[in-house]
Amino acid sequence: MLDVLQSIIPIALFYSAPLIFTALGGVFSERSGVVNIGLEGLMVMGAFVGIVFNLAFADVFGTATPWVSILVAMVVSAIFSVIHAVASVTFRADQVVSGVAINFLALGLGVFLTKQWYGKGQTDMVSQPFYSKNIPLLSDIPIIGPIFFQKVYVTSYIAILAAIVVWFVLYKTSFGLRLRSVGEHPMAADTNGINVYSMRYVAVILSGALGGLGGSVFALTIALNFSQSTIVGQGFMSLAAVIFGKWHPLGAMGAALFFGFAQSLSVIGAGVPFLADVPKIYLTIAPYVLTIFALAGFIGRAEAPKANGQPYIKGSR
Amino acid sequence: MFANRMFNTVVPVISVLLGLIAGAIIMLGFGYNPIKGYAALLDGAFGNAYFFGETIRQVTPYILTGLAVAFAFRAGLFNIGAEGQVIVGWLAAVWVGTTIEAPMIIHLPIALIVAALAGGLWGFVPGLLKAKLGVHEVIITIMMNYIALYLSNHLIRNVLTDKQDTTDRVAESASLASNWLMELTSYSRLHWGILVALVAAAFMWFLLEKTTTGFELRSVGYNRHASEYAGMKVGKNIILAMVISGGFAGLAGAMEGLGTFGYMPTHAAFTNIGFDGIAVALLGGNAALGTVIAAFLFGILKIGALNMPTGAGVPGELVEIVIALIIFFVASSYIIRWVLLRFKKEGN
Repeated sequence: MLDVLQSIIPIALFYSAPLIFTALGGVFSERSGVVNIGLEGLMVMGAFVGIVFNLAFADVFGTATPWVSILVAMVVSAIFSVIHAVASVTFRADQVVSGVAINFLALGLGVFLTKQWYGKGQTDMVSQPFYSKNIPLLSDIPIIGPIFFQKVYVTSYIAILAAIVVWFVLYKTSFGLRLRSVGEHPMAADTNGINVYSMRYVAVILSGALGGLGGSVFALTIALNFSQSTIVGQGFMSLAAVIFGKWHPLGAMGAALFFGFAQSLSVIGAGVPFLADVPKIYLTIAPYVLTIFALAGFIGRAEAPKANGQPYIKGSR
Repeated sequence: MFANRMFNTVVPVISVLLGLIAGAIIMLGFGYNPIKGYAALLDGAFGNAYFFGETIRQVTPYILTGLAVAFAFRAGLFNIGAEGQVIVGWLAAVWVGTTIEAPMIIHLPIALIVAALAGGLWGFVPGLLKAKLGVHEVIITIMMNYIALYLSNHLIRNVLTDKQDTTDRVAESASLASNWLMELTSYSRLHWGILVALVAAAFMWFLLEKTTTGFELRSVGYNRHASEYAGMKVGKNIILAMVISGGFAGLAGAMEGLGTFGYMPTHAAFTNIGFDGIAVALLGGNAALGTVIAAFLFGILKIGALNMPTGAGVPGELVEIVIALIIFFVASSYIIRWVLLRFKKEGN
C-alpha cells in the first residue's frame, strides 16, 4: 500500500499544480461576476510565453530560468487578459463568447508566432525545466516523507500555498469582500461606493496572471515545449474545478487535486493492483462525469455567484 | 436611428472587415505584403477546381455546426457542446456505415439519422439538466465534449476495431462520396454532403419561422418567464432545442464520417469543427441564411490559409488570429453600434 501511495501521490501533485493555479484564477474572475471560459486560452498564453522565454534566456539566467519564465508568463497573460476584461466589462460583450474568442486568439497567436520564430509547428525542448526534488528535512520524516516530500516539484506546494493565500484574500480582507460583493449584487456594491468596473478589471487581470502561471508551470514541468497541442483542455478542467469546488478557493484546490489524482490514476493505473482491472476509460472520463454529477446536485448543490455572467450597466435595474 | 435589422447586417460586415484589417496589420508588422497574403488566400480558396472543391467540402460541416450553435442560441441556450456532438455523430455514422449491409436508399438515410440521433442524445443530457435542475448548459456541454472524445477513442480501439487507430471504411452504400463530383474538381474530397447541409439550413429556417414549435422556441429564447405565463412548457422547449441542435452537429460529424474521410480515426485532440461552429453562428447572426454565408466565409479563410505559406510565405495560422478577432468584434457589437450612432449623430 505504501508503495502505491508513494507512486500515486507525487504524480497526482505534479498533475494538479497547473490546475490549482488556473482554478484560483477562475475563482477570482467568477467571484467578481465575470465568467471566464477563456482560462484555457490564458493557460495557452502562459505556456507559450513560459517556453519561449525559457528558450531565449536560458543562458542568461541559468538555473533561475524557470522561475523567471513563470513570472514573465504571469505578467504577459495578465496583460493579455485585459482584452477579456475590456470586452466583457466595458463593451458589455457576452462573456462566454468573449472567453471563446480569448481561447481562439491565444492559440492562434501562439502557433503563428511559433511558426514565425522557430519555422516549425513546435518549439525546441527547453533546457531549463523544473526538476523534481527531495524537500530538505521534511523528506526525512518516516512514512510521510517518502509519500509527500520525495521527488516532488516545489511548484505543487506553491500551488497549495497559493490556494490558502487566495482564501485569505477573498474571505479575510476588505478587498476580498468587495470583490465578492461585486459578483453577488453589483448595484448594492456600487451604492456603497465600490467601483464595480475596476474591481472586475482587477479580478479578470488576476485570473490572467494565475492562468498564465498555471499554463507556464504545466509547460515547464509536464510538456517541456510548446505546440498546438500543449494545452488541450487543462483550462476547461480548471474551470470544472472552480465549479466542482463551489467557487471557493480551497474547494477549487481540492477539486483540482482530485482531478490530478484521477489523471495520475489513468497514467499509472496499470501498476496499481486494485485498479489494474478497471478499464482505463473509466478513469479517463471520471473528472468530467463527476463534474456533471456535482452540478446536477448529486454531490451537494453548486450555487454560482448571483451576478455571474451579467455585465453591470450603471443606472439600470 | 438605424433600424435594428440594418445593424444586424452591418455589424458582422464591419467585424469581418476589422478582422481582415487587423490581419493585414499583423502581416505588415512581420514584414509580409498583406495584399500578396490575401491574394494567396483567395487563390487557395478559388484558384482552381481542386481548391474550390476543398473549400465547399470544408463549408459543409461548418454550415451544420453553425446551425447547431445558432439553433440553440435562438432558444436562449449556448451549445459549446457541438464539438462533442460532432464526434458522437461521426462515430455513429461510421458505426452504421461499417456494420450494416443494405441498399443505398436505406443505408445512407439510416446512417445520417443515427448520426443525428447520437448528436441529439449528446444534446439531450445538458438540455435535461438545464430544464429540470437549472444547471448551466455551458459547463455540462464542455464536459460532454471530453466524454465524447475519450469514449469514441475507446470505442474505436476496443469495440469497432481490434486495437486499431482507425475504423474500416464505410460501405459504398452509406457513402456520400461521389466520383462525379471528385472528377469535376480534380479529385478534391468534395461530396454530396453540401446538399444535406443546405437542406438542414432550409429546415431550420422553416421550423423557426413558419411553425408553432419554432415560435415557442424563439419565445423561450426571448423571455423564459413570459413564455411560461403564456402557457408554454419552457422545460420541454429547452430540451427540444438542445436535441435538435445536437442533431445538426451530429450530422456535421456524419459529413466527415460518410463524406470527407469515409472512416473515423482516433482523435488526440478535438476536431475544432464544433468550436468553429460557434464563430460561424455568431457571425451569421444566428439565422439560417446568415449561418450559410458565414460558413462559406470561414471555409474560404480556412482552406485559403493552406495556400498562404507557399503563395506568400505567410504562416497560415494568421487566419486563426483573424477569426478570433472577428468573434471579438461581433461579441463587442455594443461598441460598434455605439460608434456608428456617434457618426450618425455628427452627420445630422
